[in-house]
Amino acid sequence: MKSALRNSRPLAVAVTALVGLPILLSGCGTAASSSSTEPVSEISVMDYYNNEPDKTFIGDALTACGTKAGVTIKRETVPGKSLISKVLQQSSSKTLPDVLMLDNPDLQQIAATGALAPLADFDMSTADFAPGVLSAGTYKDKVYGLAPTVNTIALFYNKDILAKAGVTPPATWDELEAAAAKLTSGDQYGLAFNANPTYEGTWQFLPVMWSNGGNEKNIDTEETAQALQLWTDLVKDGSVSSSALNWTQADVKDQFLAGKAAMMVNGPWQIPSLDKQASLQYGVVKIPVREAGQTVVAPLGGEVWTVPQTGNKARQAKAAEVVSCLNSDENQLAMAKVRNTIPSKTTLAAKFAEENPKLATFTELVKTARARTGQLGEEWPAQATKIYTAIQTALTGKASPSEALKQAQGQ
Amino acid sequence: MSLTTDLSQATPPNGKPGVGKAGARRPGSGRAGSRDEPDGSAPAPRRRSRQRRERLFQWLFLVPAVVYMALFFGYPVVKNVVMSFQDYTTATFFTGEAPWVGLANYVAVLSSSLFSTSLLNTALFTVGSILGQFVIGLALAIFFQRKFPLNGILRSLLLLPWLLPLIVSSAVWRWILDKDSGALNRFLGDLNIVDTGVPWLTSTSLALIAVVGVNIWIGIPFNLTILYGGLQEIPDELYEAGSLDGATGWKAFRHITWPMLRPVVSVVLVLGVVYTLKVLDIILGLTNGGPANSTQTIATQSYGLSFQEFKFGEGAALGNILVIISLVFAVLYLRASRRAVDE
Repeated sequence: MKSALRNSRPLAVAVTALVGLPILLSGCGTAASSSSTEPVSEISVMDYYNNEPDKTFIGDALTACGTKAGVTIKRETVPGKSLISKVLQQSSSKTLPDVLMLDNPDLQQIAATGALAPLADFDMSTADFAPGVLSAGTYKDKVYGLAPTVNTIALFYNKDILAKAGVTPPATWDELEAAAAKLTSGDQYGLAFNANPTYEGTWQFLPVMWSNGGNEKNIDTEETAQALQLWTDLVKDGSVSSSALNWTQADVKDQFLAGKAAMMVNGPWQIPSLDKQASLQYGVVKIPVREAGQTVVAPLGGEVWTVPQTGNKARQAKAAEVVSCLNSDENQLAMAKVRNTIPSKTTLAAKFAEENPKLATFTELVKTARARTGQLGEEWPAQATKIYTAIQTALTGKASPSEALKQAQGQ
Repeated sequence: MSLTTDLSQATPPNGKPGVGKAGARRPGSGRAGSRDEPDGSAPAPRRRSRQRRERLFQWLFLVPAVVYMALFFGYPVVKNVVMSFQDYTTATFFTGEAPWVGLANYVAVLSSSLFSTSLLNTALFTVGSILGQFVIGLALAIFFQRKFPLNGILRSLLLLPWLLPLIVSSAVWRWILDKDSGALNRFLGDLNIVDTGVPWLTSTSLALIAVVGVNIWIGIPFNLTILYGGLQEIPDELYEAGSLDGATGWKAFRHITWPMLRPVVSVVLVLGVVYTLKVLDIILGLTNGGPANSTQTIATQSYGLSFQEFKFGEGAALGNILVIISLVFAVLYLRASRRAVDE
């Protein structure tokens, strides 16, 4: 032991030197920016559509747009959960792709870092896009990302179960509570939604909160408390299983598919799985509002396409051409149809709803849908955490809805 | 350790014990010098260069290990400590700018109302898991000491939880523990033990117990394997001699097995604590810290701060607090294992 101590000084020097080495190395990782005069033949794209059928749908659209712009597409798909960490890693090593897809609530977070180029730099038109879609893609008055198609959530109901119980699809909270209670029997629940402690739980709560005039900037309000009271009552009555506290949206869909829930809150991306079960007859209505006459404000979902600041103007221009092409009218209509999503241009809505009656309710909802980051921008994740914390506190009975919201807001 | 000891003995003595560098620092090493150089008239410079070269080579052999440690252990730890004193946000990744904020991150984390909940949950989770894993692991290890048919097959089947990816285990357990259609509630219902679904994962009072239960299931193989190995080391003669003196059954365990197994037990327990403190995937997979933070531990909270709220500085600060807690147990482990070697 003593002898080890005696030799510890050179060792300490060596360790210090070697710890410093990677820090030096990481500083040398800047990519050599090639001159912007040479012709661009290939651009890189990164997105999170790593599962079929979306992987192919998006891949085909990208290839077609690349051909139109005269470039080949080098595409990388990563799992949704690791996209942001990958983007952060690439932005620190200056190896961002030429075209980057982001989930819309993440856009402002990434735009705030300065890693994205404003689309106005490339004269890209943002006319006709639904206001919610634009606000999702906007950071500090500049549009950084555009979504060709978007989605939102609504109330799905099992036609057979409702008909048998003599219940019509609810339009107000009172009707919803009555219907859910009536449809609950045996191991069948009236309604299923998800209230888990993730942003998904927040997302499913937003329609009732927003439609009732609640605001994410301050959740300690009467309007939001009323909305949370509805969620709490539904669970307390037993009309919604308390498992909702741990379900994902996929679990909610499974409950609905299995006939264990007569109604569910979910999005149009579930339609392919629902259609696979031929015996299931379902309908879609807007999520009920507290009083008839209130407008349904649903949260906007979907992915935006952006052009990162790679430092190479020629490549960025080509990337912008591809993003613009993805957002063209034809592509919006085609992608929306195959992917069960909604075109983000309001001018296409009427035609689309007519051709795709199954998506008519969602098309209607998108017109008034709000972006989660529309008001709070990069502050959204912190506030979204507070919202799901309050939901969990109220639903487990640890505090009354208004008390839970007050606690969460004060945190 | 032995390498450095050798190094000291090979240090070039100056021929005169007590005068050279080595001798000055440690008079005892003069012994080596007087043995190496009895008369002090040998060509000292050449020998010195040879010895210097020898020493250089000894250092060169150390380089790969040192580089590896520095790169994969030193750098992340240093980086994490530095990060915990910075306002490290998503923008930092692009601009490289992370303003120094002193202890602000630590203050924010420690004063958050969630911290005490997480700390308590971490303690309950760790103590509960270790107790369960150890007691069941030891009982099984002793059971498998007996010779019976299928012993080997059964023992290898028990390793299964260890071999499954944690994400798979937690997904399966999430399904088993579901309130309405979970296998466990169906089973209990069929036995008429419960009539309505037990909300294993969605009740604030049961969720932590359920998560601890799953973690015990995952930890049993580790405890079983190490303790079984320790039991095999105990010579049969001791039991034979003991039985002549009347020490059988519980007495044999109390006076022969337990004292002989002590060194292994301390290693198992301390490693278990360090492994359990940092458990993340199981909790995220089962409950995501819910319901209402009742399964939130320091590890899950740190993950949430960094990767969901993008507050990397606060996440790092909380991570460091967890590292310090683990370090206490790691030091205990080092001391325990050194004692085990000395014994």
